Amino acid sequence: MLAVAGLTLWRGTTCLFEDLSFQVAAGTALLVEGPNGSGKTTLLRVVAGLTLPESGAVTWRGSDFRQQARDGRLRLAFSGHALALKAELSTRMNLEFFARLAGVPGKIEEILALTGLSACADLDVRVLSAGQKRRAALARVLLSKAELWLLDEPQTNLDAAGREFLEAAVRGHLARGGTAMIAAHQAVDLSGAPATRLRLGDAQ
Amino acid sequence: MIATPVEVAARGEEGILPVIGLAALFWEVARRDLQVALRRWTDASNTALFFILVVTLFPLALSPKAETLRMIAPGVIWIAALLATLLSLNLLFRSDLEDGTLEQLLTLPYPLGWMLLAKTMAHWVITGVPVILMAPILAITYHLPAAALGVLVSSLLLGTPTLSLLGSIGAALTAGLRGAGVLLAFIVAPLMLPVLMLGARATDLALAGASATGPLYLMAALLALALSLVPVASAMAIRVSAD
Repeated sequence: MLAVAGLTLWRGTTCLFEDLSFQVAAGTALLVEGPNGSGKTTLLRVVAGLTLPESGAVTWRGSDFRQQARDGRLRLAFSGHALALKAELSTRMNLEFFARLAGVPGKIEEILALTGLSACADLDVRVLSAGQKRRAALARVLLSKAELWLLDEPQTNLDAAGREFLEAAVRGHLARGGTAMIAAHQAVDLSGAPATRLRLGDAQ
Repeated sequence: MIATPVEVAARGEEGILPVIGLAALFWEVARRDLQVALRRWTDASNTALFFILVVTLFPLALSPKAETLRMIAPGVIWIAALLATLLSLNLLFRSDLEDGTLEQLLTLPYPLGWMLLAKTMAHWVITGVPVILMAPILAITYHLPAAALGVLVSSLLLGTPTLSLLGSIGAALTAGLRGAGVLLAFIVAPLMLPVLMLGARATDLALAGASATGPLYLMAALLALALSLVPVASAMAIRVSAD
């Protein structure tokens, strides 16, 4: 279970959130909603350990989150606005790097087929469409075998089939007992999968 | 909170980290950068061309006399190597910060300093090794005797990795800044001065027929020091830059 307690974060002179607390149980998703600039991305980056909050604690199964992420007790997959794809390398080479680091080099073909990227696996990422790049980033998340998915606007640039696949992937992840935090300003249809909503930006 | 059966099953199946060893990790991270460099080879060739340009300018402006050239050769080649390193440092972490690769490395359960060390060493292979390969050829045009060539190459072999390592601290600090080129040079150039002085001094000694082991040992010591301390500093700087 992911728990955030008493989170306060300032960006410059703007207070993004003050004393924010929430919990996400295993097997459920938290949908972070709010208008542009309300701090969805920042909240995800705080949970991923990329941004330090002014105060507050992020815990995973009751102990410090960052420590567990560093020593490997918790695997997290973060997918942000930057897709971590090297434009000069092929999709396959890009994913192979992360697959090897996750210890699953054999799963590439399966994941490429699953995300509909088999046909362009050997093309340089430079020539892929924005939607295909987003699918490649999703493929990286699927490869990671992470328990906690942190997805920032994962539907960006995806077509209808891509969005359906994304939602199915999240549902599958939750059904396996995984946890997900998804920032989205469009509706994410998890059709029945346990999800809670966190609305940012209204209080201020 | 008591773990549900689903949670326990999930942990049994996926929760344990499939560790790859540190050596494999180093190779994976370095290889990715080398793959990118192979396809964007202008980064490597720009550094080498800049090095050649600086070295060839001196005889034109000073004097083409053999004894003058021989005298200035160690200093010129070392200054050119330092400038070429400074020029290339901009590229070290910038693209990884912009395309999100650093975010991914930061969220991986692997030691960040080690991964940055791998990146720095890959960067050295891309920008430092061409300089080392080019140096003896340019030194011959400076009428440097064969006896001094070995010391020149040894000093570059020991010194340029140290320059890259020291530079990586500055590159990590300024990765998120726009137009940080000159700032980066100002941050790291003072740190690089000992390497510059020892490297030029070693070749000078060899040129005078004396033993160059003193400066070379000191350079080896500096390299060992940089290898062990720089990754820690770079990792701290990158965490700030990525925030």
